[in-house]
Amino acid sequence: MSERQIQLEVLRYNPETDSEPRYQSYSVPCLNEWVVLDALNYVKDNLDPTLSYRWSCHMAVCGSCGMMINGEPKLACKAFIHEYTDQIRVDPLANFPIERDLVTVVEDFIAKLASVKPYLIPKKDQPISAGEFKQTPAELKKFKQYTLCINCMLCYAACPQYGLVPEFLGPAAISMAHRYNQDSRDGGRDERQEVIASEVGVWECSFVGACSEVCPKHVDPAGALQQVKVASTIDWYKEHLMPWVKK
Amino acid sequence: MEIVKTDIAIVGAGGAGLRAAIALAEADQKLRIALISKVYPMRSHTCAAEGGAAGVIKSDDSLALHFNDTVGGGDWLPDQDAVEYFINEAPKELTQLEHWGCPWSREPDGSVAVRPFGGMKIKRTWFAADKSGFHILHTLFQTSLKYPSIQRFDEYYATDLLVDDGRCQGLTALEIRSGQMKQFQAKAVIIAAGGGGRMFPFTTNGAVKTGDGMALAYRAGAPLKDMEFVQYHPTGLPNNGILLTEGCRGEGGVLFNKDGRRYLQDYGMGPETPIGQPVLKTMELGPRDRLSQAFWHEQKKGNTVSTPWGDCVLLDMRHLGEKKIDERLPLVRDLCISYLGKDPVKEPIPIRPVVHYMMGGIHTNVKAATPLPGLFAAGECACVSINGANRLGSNSLTELLVFGKRAALSAIEHVQSGLPASKDAALATQAQASEARISALMNKSDGAETIAGLRKEMMETMETNVGIYRTGSELATACDKIAELRQRYANIALHDKTHVYNTDLMQALELGSMLDCAEAVTVGARERKESRGAHQRLDFTERDDQNLLKHTLAYYHPTEPPRLDYLDVVITQSQPGVRDYSGAKK
Repeated sequence: MSERQIQLEVLRYNPETDSEPRYQSYSVPCLNEWVVLDALNYVKDNLDPTLSYRWSCHMAVCGSCGMMINGEPKLACKAFIHEYTDQIRVDPLANFPIERDLVTVVEDFIAKLASVKPYLIPKKDQPISAGEFKQTPAELKKFKQYTLCINCMLCYAACPQYGLVPEFLGPAAISMAHRYNQDSRDGGRDERQEVIASEVGVWECSFVGACSEVCPKHVDPAGALQQVKVASTIDWYKEHLMPWVKK
Repeated sequence: MEIVKTDIAIVGAGGAGLRAAIALAEADQKLRIALISKVYPMRSHTCAAEGGAAGVIKSDDSLALHFNDTVGGGDWLPDQDAVEYFINEAPKELTQLEHWGCPWSREPDGSVAVRPFGGMKIKRTWFAADKSGFHILHTLFQTSLKYPSIQRFDEYYATDLLVDDGRCQGLTALEIRSGQMKQFQAKAVIIAAGGGGRMFPFTTNGAVKTGDGMALAYRAGAPLKDMEFVQYHPTGLPNNGILLTEGCRGEGGVLFNKDGRRYLQDYGMGPETPIGQPVLKTMELGPRDRLSQAFWHEQKKGNTVSTPWGDCVLLDMRHLGEKKIDERLPLVRDLCISYLGKDPVKEPIPIRPVVHYMMGGIHTNVKAATPLPGLFAAGECACVSINGANRLGSNSLTELLVFGKRAALSAIEHVQSGLPASKDAALATQAQASEARISALMNKSDGAETIAGLRKEMMETMETNVGIYRTGSELATACDKIAELRQRYANIALHDKTHVYNTDLMQALELGSMLDCAEAVTVGARERKESRGAHQRLDFTERDDQNLLKHTLAYYHPTEPPRLDYLDVVITQSQPGVRDYSGAKK
């Protein structure tokens, strides 16, 4: 377990005293097996108790600690020190307003997620006493990947379109709609389609694919968006060219 | 101070809090529900649970078997009326979650699949690969978005309960984003804020698990129950305590010591079972307390493997093969590779026991009601008790659901019971006192103590003296030390004076919660002079049913150690017996 002195350059912003953000540098003795979050915790406990950031699980599942590390959206708990040089720059997640230091305002994402109706709208009602809805492993596999989103918002930080058009629903929200649309138990696609096939929905996506590159859970939101586009196009053709065919 | 008027306030938005909120919204859409949490719901630690949730569904299983496994697993400390309620409701709740879209793993015929867990006579753990807690939490959170009556207060830290006229009538909470205090007037409060494993240095618990909900109730006069029972999970990654689910062993993983011996056979859990053919309730499928205790003995005997992170034993999953590991345990594989640099497909993984779960918590009855009228609790922060002296793996996720809902139904009964009008002035006085307490803490800059310093001393005290095996003298040391730390806590300095997102202040409040809870743990442990489940005393090695088939109740005192009282265990059908995890005896 070798130790290395790292210069951690952290963006600081205190809305009560600072007119604009600034960088502060900390010299941190890091074990090579550490992640950037460990280094931030070292700063918090030993050097500067005023540094603010979010974290909890330290195992890449709670989605709290998304931030820009050397300019890339990463989970701080899964950004390994040994993958970096002795100089590491840490900024708050891009494309979100800064609340303070590394803490961003995330209400926009939460509202977008809620807007796509990310819950099962059952095809048919069934009382609990009748047991579970049957779903084969193959049916589960169709949407399983899209259930793995931890809402860390790295994909929003990576998405050039979200940066340009803040109204864009964005990768994670659309993927979550797609997840329920693909679920064999669900019958709510039409309701969700009104939201995700809209102007600020899937058609804003320019298919750069950055969202899938940064996703720490391999959800592949870009793939989901592409599938939604194809399905929406088919809807359009059915509606306009073959109105006698029901959706 | 702004006043938020609501009908029922819930503190904590993890599995139990969300389940309660949905139950309230479904029961009466006119109810005003305030869901208050110090983190966004999906950040709650329910997300880190891996293995699964127990509920009887298969035809070879029965409620009686689930009852026996739970009561025996808990070393006869569970209240049997609560266990009966729990096992009855369990399958309904898990099915309800399925109806809400939870992506449970499936059998080829489309029915829900179950896997074996430790201490189970029949396999009954519903699972969603090895991300069960994550899927449960997200399913609940996403489902909660359907209900407009659930008003969320994300990133609000609950500071004090408001108690007037002998009943709980709300709380104060700090809006973290602004640093403003808010007064929540509620006819009932449900606490569902999780455990406090962070009082230990080596734990599977995330940073949020600081016992805030327990301390909140405790300070308001509700007793904490059975706090001395702290569960060590036998298989944590040695460098950072990341959990490797019991599902690793449920799927067939085995444990070796440094000589390649399946050492569990030497601790009453044999005979050795063939690799790849796990036998229920035997060897690696023994209960967590026994497995963690076996590790302790192996370490004493010098049979453990030395690693840079301390002594370990080896968890071998290689024989499961890459396909099964990727299908059933993908997160485990990812965690081992990412955080330890070892691939379980190719090599055994060094592991050691790690603090995982608190069986104890806010004293509630089978209706999830605390002794303080108007206050209810559910989940890890509560102690009903279905877990007794040792929780059975995969009962806790189910407990969140069953008692989250139960707390909601009880809270509604309370609200509809014709409560007298609340006295706004009395509540306002209390709220102002709470605000004054917080601002005094925030304005303290002359103290000699640091938050990180006191926290470190607390963690070291707990690790050294309140571990898998305990002695009277170590526990006495721990009690003295925690009492000292509580005094020194009054002398901490806060360096951060900013109101917006002040995590220095948050950590100070969390440290206060942990110290209060830690004292209930240490004093309860010192006074429980027997060995039962997860509480093992080297100076009192036997279970003492004559005198201690009882729950410990700890009552808060602001400057002194807690006053203890004891309460008989509820027994309905199962008299204390021998816990048998030996496949040989049957």
